[in-house]
Amino acid sequence: MNHFSPELRAKAEALVALYPQRRSALIPMCHLAQGQDGYLTEEAMIEVGELCGVTPAEVRGTATFYDMLHTDPVGKYVVGICTNIACMLSGADELLEHAKGRLGCAVGSTTNDGTFTLEETECLADCDVAPCVQVNHRFVRTTTPEALDALLDELKSGGRSDEIPPHGTLIRVNRSVPLQASKDAIVSERTAMRDAQAQRAEAAK
Amino acid sequence: MSTTIVTARRPFDDSFTIERALATGGYEGLKKALKMTPEAICAEVDAASLLGRGGAGFPAGRKWSMLRKNPTTYLVINGDESEPATFKDHYLIERDPHQLIEGVLIAAYALQVTQAFIFIRGEFALGLERVQAALNEAYAHGAVGQDIFGSGFSVDIVVHPGAGAYICGEETSLLESLEGKRGFPRIKPPFFPAAIGLYGEPTVVNNVETVSNLPWIVSNGGAAFAALGAGRSTGTRLFALSGDVLQSGVFEVEMVKNTFRDLIEAPHLGGGVKGGRSVKAIIPGGVSAPWFYPEHLDIPLGQDEVAEAGSMLGSGSVVVMDESRCMVRAAWRITKFFSRESCGQCTPCREGSGWLERILYRLEHGGGRIEDLDLLLDLCDNIAPGLTWPPQQTTICVLGPSIPSSIHSGISHFRDEFLAHVHDGGCSYDR
Ligand SMILES: Cc1cc2nc3c(=O)[nH]c(=O)nc-3n(C[C@H](O)[C@H](O)[C@H](O)COP(=O)(O)O)c2cc1C
Ligand code: SF4
Ligand code: FES
Repeated sequence: MNHFSPELRAKAEALVALYPQRRSALIPMCHLAQGQDGYLTEEAMIEVGELCGVTPAEVRGTATFYDMLHTDPVGKYVVGICTNIACMLSGADELLEHAKGRLGCAVGSTTNDGTFTLEETECLADCDVAPCVQVNHRFVRTTTPEALDALLDELKSGGRSDEIPPHGTLIRVNRSVPLQASKDAIVSERTAMRDAQAQRAEAAK
Repeated sequence: MSTTIVTARRPFDDSFTIERALATGGYEGLKKALKMTPEAICAEVDAASLLGRGGAGFPAGRKWSMLRKNPTTYLVINGDESEPATFKDHYLIERDPHQLIEGVLIAAYALQVTQAFIFIRGEFALGLERVQAALNEAYAHGAVGQDIFGSGFSVDIVVHPGAGAYICGEETSLLESLEGKRGFPRIKPPFFPAAIGLYGEPTVVNNVETVSNLPWIVSNGGAAFAALGAGRSTGTRLFALSGDVLQSGVFEVEMVKNTFRDLIEAPHLGGGVKGGRSVKAIIPGGVSAPWFYPEHLDIPLGQDEVAEAGSMLGSGSVVVMDESRCMVRAAWRITKFFSRESCGQCTPCREGSGWLERILYRLEHGGGRIEDLDLLLDLCDNIAPGLTWPPQQTTICVLGPSIPSSIHSGISHFRDEFLAHVHDGGCSYDR
């Protein structure tokens, strides 16, 4: 019995086919698995390992290196507030303090109702709208406590779901086609070009 | 008016669609390139003197010429953009994905690679969706895949999401990550992936902005690009301006022709320091760079010009800190970043960053000791012996030796302020 739904399994197999080596699909596949389960479950890691040709332990060992891959459950909305230099200069520490009080949870933890997880992040590369806030890796551009509160209320009451899917769903645009150029075509094209280049180089001498 | 190359589609709200791209010359550079020989394109890029925009500023043409001849080669685009206060690739990825894809295709053809990958940090959910959607459009348009535009050249591009790790911006770490592993930078030599890269095959790694310049270079010629700027710093560059300025944002300016002061003060650029205050320090080129002070404001925005003054243009970011800012706090926050993002392979970086961070924390929050200043410098000297610029390296990658920059800058230039933190039992600044 697969843990991935049939649709997810198909997507995961298509992903593997995009890379010269199957292990390369590991991280994007972990994102896909988080899309199904909200975080990276034990069962998902086993299946990722099977599809990528590595052990579940290797999947876990890799996934835990990365901030965005969660091997424990997180809230429906992961709220990330950047406190790095540009955001710090714009009041990020104060905004983070406010968010802690407002959500009633510490950095790195989840509200009791499972709706929000609060994270302090490093630079999110949106430093001109500081302090930078992301919800589920979408830039929400709420730079004041008031704007942040309004957004949290809206999310809690089910708003903005088109724009901000539940945690785990990352890329909602699927690749439309598998690899188009066959291996053989590439080899023969490249060989022909290399020969032509060699001839041109010879002629130039 | 200034020349715009990579932000030419900025006026259009739909700049990310293929309709807008095609209506404004999109994929014309690629069509022209496919009629040229790969050697001729490399020659144009050489003539352009296109310096890498990812941080190290290595000439793209030279990097390309180093790609080892091999049946299998790869092109990998670095869209990890995680250097603090750097957000220019974010702009290019979200706002002009077709320009990026066209640039990737031109490079792929010039280098005759087997396959190309665009690595984008996972936190750019919208950017990843935009680039994937644009790539789907490009496939449907015949611009990528089998027999591109009937030229007989075929290549595939894969968009690959990262998963949150600053270190994956370092090119060998990025390749490890793309292989599905932890982002541990590789031991050098080999110094360049052009010798041994992805899956052990020769690989060119280029930054998003670097390749986004290629459509313009092919369309207009390398000489036209080299006519902009001065010396080795040609063309334009994107600067990500943030901190205590009235207008923060991404600005495209001609290289060398503008100074830090222009960037911060010009009405169409930064618009001046907030609240009419004056500049205390600026961080040019990312938090790995040594700081500049008011006396450096008239240095031109050029790679060699900034290097000669003891810092680096790096990733093209500029953070402005005004006279009211606490320099201990700034150095502490930057060091905390390095401590969180060290991959942990090398002792000086892993242990040093955390130790430094704890010392700076106690200085800032009370509990600092007079000996701490010397201790900070001694630790820094152990990570980057001699505290020179560019730094000596004791570690696998240059994240480690970048840690001392802000601490050394802060203590050298604002020693009294550090001492006051000891005497006052912490920070007495409001902001
Ligand atoms: C710690 C560290 C982080 C880096 N981060 C990035 C990054 O986010 N984006 C980037 O393009 N280059 C980054 N670089 C530079 C890359 O290693 C590499 O030089 C660059 O991508 C090459 O592209 P270019 O020649 O077109 O500039 C980083 C380097 C180091 C040491
Ligand atoms: S210097 Fe730091 S980040 Fe770089 S490889 Fe060593 S421990 Fe990792
Ligand atoms: S410093 Fe916060 S987003 Fe860059």
